[in-house]
Amino acid sequence: MAKVAGDDAVKAETASILAGYPADRSELINILWELQDRFHHIPKAAIPLAAQKMGISQVDVMETITFYHFFTTAHTGEYTVYLNNSITSRMAGFQKIRDAFEKEAGCSFGETDKDGRIGLFETSCIGMCDQEPSALINGMPFGSLTPFSVERLVKGMREGKSVLELMGVGQDLSSDPHKLARFIAPPNIRRKGPVLLGVGYNMGESIRSALKHKPGEIIDLIKNSNLRGMGGAGFPTALKWQFCASAKGDEKYIVCNADEGEPGTFKDRVLLTEWPARVFEGMAAAAYAVGARQGYLYLRAEYRYLTPHLQRTLDELRKENLLGNSILGKSGFDFDISIRLGAGAYVCGEESALLESLEGKRGEPRNRPPFPVVVGFRGKPTVVNNVETFSLVAQIIKYGGTWFNTLGTAKSVGTKILSVSGDCGRPGVYEVEWGRKVEDLLKMFDAGNAKALQIGGPSGKTISARETARKVCFEDLATGGSMIVFGQERSMPDVAQNFIDFFAEESCGACVPCRAGNPILSDLLKTIREGRGLPEHIDQMVEWANMIKASSRCGLGQSSPNSILTSIEKFKDEYMDRIKKERGALIYDFDIKAAMKESCEVTGRTPSSH
Amino acid sequence: MPGQVTFTIDGKECKAQEGQTIVEAARANGIYVPTLCYSKYVENPVGACRSCTVKINGNNGAACINRVQEGMNIQVYTRQLEDMRKAIIEALFVEGNHFCPACEKSGDCELQAAAYRYRIMAPRFPYRFPSRHIDFSPKHLVLEHSRCILCQRCVRKIRTEDGKKVFAYHHRGAKGTVEIDPEIARTMPEELAREAADICPVGCINFKGKGFDRPIGTRKYDKEP
Ligand SMILES: Cc1cc2nc3c(=O)[nH]c(=O)nc-3n(C[C@H](O)[C@H](O)[C@H](O)COP(=O)(O)O)c2cc1C
Ligand code: SF4
Repeated sequence: MAKVAGDDAVKAETASILAGYPADRSELINILWELQDRFHHIPKAAIPLAAQKMGISQVDVMETITFYHFFTTAHTGEYTVYLNNSITSRMAGFQKIRDAFEKEAGCSFGETDKDGRIGLFETSCIGMCDQEPSALINGMPFGSLTPFSVERLVKGMREGKSVLELMGVGQDLSSDPHKLARFIAPPNIRRKGPVLLGVGYNMGESIRSALKHKPGEIIDLIKNSNLRGMGGAGFPTALKWQFCASAKGDEKYIVCNADEGEPGTFKDRVLLTEWPARVFEGMAAAAYAVGARQGYLYLRAEYRYLTPHLQRTLDELRKENLLGNSILGKSGFDFDISIRLGAGAYVCGEESALLESLEGKRGEPRNRPPFPVVVGFRGKPTVVNNVETFSLVAQIIKYGGTWFNTLGTAKSVGTKILSVSGDCGRPGVYEVEWGRKVEDLLKMFDAGNAKALQIGGPSGKTISARETARKVCFEDLATGGSMIVFGQERSMPDVAQNFIDFFAEESCGACVPCRAGNPILSDLLKTIREGRGLPEHIDQMVEWANMIKASSRCGLGQSSPNSILTSIEKFKDEYMDRIKKERGALIYDFDIKAAMKESCEVTGRTPSSH
Repeated sequence: MPGQVTFTIDGKECKAQEGQTIVEAARANGIYVPTLCYSKYVENPVGACRSCTVKINGNNGAACINRVQEGMNIQVYTRQLEDMRKAIIEALFVEGNHFCPACEKSGDCELQAAAYRYRIMAPRFPYRFPSRHIDFSPKHLVLEHSRCILCQRCVRKIRTEDGKKVFAYHHRGAKGTVEIDPEIARTMPEELAREAADICPVGCINFKGKGFDRPIGTRKYDKEP
């Protein structure tokens, strides 16, 4: 057995961890990460101490712990493996890798081996869709797994190798955080565009340009560029800043949304690996424009390995006085940025849930209005923008809004970074002008065999590859950047199942339609896929899906049935093919094997097929 | 009058104080908007159950959290909205385990009343029969989690004297549960426990030693839902 610390030891260590933090609930997630890392779970004995420190009840601490996928109350093994179970991983051989892990580690998924050394778990997309199948091992992503590499990894774990050793990182790399980050998750830039991926960047140019203007002029500059948010919703950035600038508040905050949880998206990973300072400069420009003194980068836990690289970048910026007090000598312009981690929750990408999470709570979206620009982090006016949006801000300030405005379409100006994965020859990130046709894109991705394309991830739309004239832009196919290609041989109902299960898993559970409705849709789709469905079940699914869309409380529930709806619309024949042809005398959708599973286990018998 | 706004509900002209929620404003005008997680005794409405979903100037929104504004056009009783409300009640019945005849709260239960109101015979969705636990550990309470509808009334309302949460929402999605603090559960005063049981719209939070204490016919919803 692995040594599990006794209660007294846990208490002593917890106390010393807690001593390093102020009594401020917004530090709770950081504290829980330290505990999780140290003990490979959050020990029961630590909870009263954490509660006492924060001045909250134990049940309240547990509210935060139980919400996040990567916080556990059971031991997850000294080496904790989280294998990505999203659709891109499944298409690339998830099942083989899963089997290989179970065989090598000698335990099933959802548990640890008998020594408590290796724990196997599943997780949703970890932002490595261009390098599937992938898994996180103690927070480090391992891409392009094969049964052979799994065998080698498990062997290394048994030998007690460090995670970096498992990865094959040598001395030369471990001393350079940027090179290391690139080595861990290669950027895979396939197409450099004129705004972000193909342009040189020199630290400080953007802030220097910004300081030539008054704060109000910065907002005008962004306004003239017609920049819209790149996180998916496409809200005009200048308008958001304007609201925040005119909102009353003694403190204001700038938050960068680096939660990037939509399966199929990984462009923020690349932007943070290659040009993190540009993102921070964009945040500083926003701070200057609205009058904020503190910024946060909310980093999804799956990208935790980037922290040393990001921290070092922040240090460099501080050294150059591009962050800190009186930035570049401008008195009154003080701004700094801290990195805050998520802990495995897709819904925390929703901006108000993100703010709850920043405050150390469970990531339940807030009711709006009031919007974060008025009542945000700690109740103060807050700007939340996506990583790509801040990167664009930095470029626009440097090169001017008019230049940017000439690219793209009428309502979607500039370029968009697409994260491309699935059945194509060239997965990776592409910077393209808004308005490119599906036909061109499929050629670009080397996706000649495509049957369907998922635009904007599971919360977006499924389209047929034959819809070649459609365009990627807010006017037609809006997207936060996720593009998953499905080849001719893929089953669309199976894809839809993966997507709806994702939402059922990630629903925060606050409202009824999303919490209860998504599992109901999942069950029904399963019934159909397993050949136990009737034609009317398809209509029911559409009806219920529309109900969930119409009545859910936040964007997660409102968009969760999109893929089922569009998939049925475009590929109805694939659903009909799975429908039971004859209506027998028995209850058609009754799964006798599942119903008898428990009694069979008890009696040790197996049901005969008739 | 200052601070007063004029708006319409299903075509009827209404007046209310600016800043009132649609639920409050409608009730002040004699119009009942169905609610479940909302309670006038609990601050901070959350819009969790969505049964008060109405159309606000053409868009769906929860009436318990949206506030009336001058000129607002609100629709409450359309066929589509009523069917949506019915579906929400049905979804609550299938996601938990609600055996009304054997429940202490039967006749006083807001979920049951809503089901009668919508004349639900059998839900349109298949039952999911989740496995939920019963918590006998609190000194004065029994928590029957099978019946919890996660309205979060107790989470929002019940606090210790020094403002700590007594109940909290654990896990997420279909695994979500509302749990009580183990330590406070042992020591909480009887009045606070009674308050928690009273605020619970269903038969989840029960005061120990109480139940089936009034004959059928005299319970809250025996005559009409
Ligand atoms: C369920 C859900 C998940 C989201 N996830 C993300 C995300 O991972 N990254 C992101 O930038 N925006 C995400 N958003 C959108 C944010 O709420 C918000 O609109 C965005 O961060 C604003 O930044 P932008 O204007 O720069 O796009 C999500 C929204 C919803 C409803
Ligand atoms: S739709 Fe409702 S349950 Fe789903 S994530 Fe949003 S608030 Fe939570």
